[in-house]
Amino acid sequence: MAQKRVLMKGNEVIAEAAIRAGCRNYFGYPITPQTEVMHYMAKKMVQIGGNFVQAESEVSAINMVYGAASAGFRVLTSSSSPGISLKQEGISYIAGAELPAVVVNIVRAGPGLGGIQPAQGDYFQATKGGGHGDYRNIVIAPASVQELYELVVEAFNLADKYRMCVMILGDGTLGQMMEPVAFRDEETIETVAKPWAAAGRNGESDHHTITSIYIDPDVLEGKNLELQAKYDVVKANEVRYEAIGLEDAEIVITAFSTCSRISRNVIRQAAELGIKVGMIRPITLWPFPYEIISKTADMPNVKAFLDVELNAGQMIEDVRLGCAGKKPCYFHGRLGGNLPTQKEILDKIVAIHEGKMTQGGNF
Amino acid sequence: MAIVFEPTKGLTTKPFHYCPGCCHGIIHRLIAETMVEMDLLESAVGVASVGCTYNSYEYFSNDMVQASHGRAPAVATGIKRNLKDHVVFTYQGDGDLASIGTAEIIHAAARGEKITVFFVNNAVYGMTSGQMAPTTLLGQVTTTSPFGRDQSYQGYPINVSELLSNLTGSAYIERVCVTDFKNIQNAKQAIKKAFQVQQNNIGFSMVEFLSTCPTNWGKEPLPAMDWLKENMIKQYPLGCYKGNDLVFDADGKYVSGTRPVDNAGVNVAEVKK
Repeated sequence: MAQKRVLMKGNEVIAEAAIRAGCRNYFGYPITPQTEVMHYMAKKMVQIGGNFVQAESEVSAINMVYGAASAGFRVLTSSSSPGISLKQEGISYIAGAELPAVVVNIVRAGPGLGGIQPAQGDYFQATKGGGHGDYRNIVIAPASVQELYELVVEAFNLADKYRMCVMILGDGTLGQMMEPVAFRDEETIETVAKPWAAAGRNGESDHHTITSIYIDPDVLEGKNLELQAKYDVVKANEVRYEAIGLEDAEIVITAFSTCSRISRNVIRQAAELGIKVGMIRPITLWPFPYEIISKTADMPNVKAFLDVELNAGQMIEDVRLGCAGKKPCYFHGRLGGNLPTQKEILDKIVAIHEGKMTQGGNF
Repeated sequence: MAIVFEPTKGLTTKPFHYCPGCCHGIIHRLIAETMVEMDLLESAVGVASVGCTYNSYEYFSNDMVQASHGRAPAVATGIKRNLKDHVVFTYQGDGDLASIGTAEIIHAAARGEKITVFFVNNAVYGMTSGQMAPTTLLGQVTTTSPFGRDQSYQGYPINVSELLSNLTGSAYIERVCVTDFKNIQNAKQAIKKAFQVQQNNIGFSMVEFLSTCPTNWGKEPLPAMDWLKENMIKQYPLGCYKGNDLVFDADGKYVSGTRPVDNAGVNVAEVKK
């Protein structure tokens, strides 16, 4: 492990991590606040003999991803919310054709053209579908620039392992912030054989075909059941989260990515007021860590949950599913590209502690 | 006994689902035969599109990828950029290519993407049951132009070959039909030349095939062929629109002719300064 750390912007680290993971394909279209991924790739891919195409649209970019993945190559695209909406059709086809691909969404505030400041309003889109049909993406939410590096590399491994689209869900804060990052001297790239790839028959007796169309309902149902069985394996093996101070927590914050960083400081401030606060930070948003939420809700010391998000309350629906009504779940969110202050969150903690909060009264 | 005729190895044994009198079968066979003759079956990757040809990925016996509507040129770009020594082609209809896929086809041509596009134009949406296409002729009756295409109401047909030949990145564009022996032979030569353009990294190549749709035109197969000859060719004249002077030797190597790089009009090294 190299100890030398370099100061880099989140978006650039996404690109660097992909290259280190053996990705030699980037197809994208400019959109704020993720365009530095593109800038980095435009230069680096030429230098290392990879492929960079500035596509005519996000729709084309995701279909170039589909093509490169069909031929068996590691491939990345990145965008931000309105652009990710355009990619959803392609992501559905990628899921249907079971292709490995990594898609980065540096989320900005919506709906519509919205704004360019950080948000988490794409949680539903990322975790509950986005495109058409019954499919899932693995959704990973890094909380620091160092974690962006680690998890983007991991995303490529997971994509190949499960032949799935893996989405990195960040936000404008994470993409734009500069932090020290320590890169490994050498990356261990988990190479997975891809005998299914359409890269030429090369002497094989039958041709390779990549498709998502199955006209016969029984065949398509079977294909869907295969997908669901694969997703069950992912759910059983790939749930990741960070848990802090649950053993004596009275109130447990649930927050991912940027919100978890703000909330982390609130834990200490609450302790100074004599309120014990813990935190569950989902790292995989799908598969969601329902089990730890459920177990935590069973703990007698835990009185309530406070979910903090940069949206009107999206992940809280999963927190409530995990909680299954065992403990009250409160919410604090900011919209439009604004971030909650530590004081806002602390005030909610105090209000919960004093029994002054009502569930569902979000704002 | 000597074999005098056999199915081409460029096609699988899966029966076609195409209607009687439709030209897809002939065009498939010509592409497949050309791949065999040029020894491309083991390396070529094709991209099927949406519409009547959605299932063509099961008919061609080389590796095939099925793409979403209109996106085949983008998918082919993703493949070709990685497999630079492989022939990569798309097979698209006129609804797919000239309507929903206009951005993809124009930009693939503009980038001079080293792919070959087989564009089958039958002036109608086939699979979705006979709606007006961008290529539908003026006056032509379809399920969405039930009183005939009226230019004041539904605009004018798009001539894709003429359009793309205006882009610097396109190297070879030819429009053919497969209504009779002579035209079938011309079409096959065009397919071969389009592949050679790609193999020599010259630029984007496309063959547009005028095709029949007896089912949605409401015609028997032979009258449909006649209708194509009498009406479609007036709107869509046959011939080579770009790269007519490109010449290849017996081994398929570029000998002479105008390439996009010859047409660009700028010296990239000079501009970079």
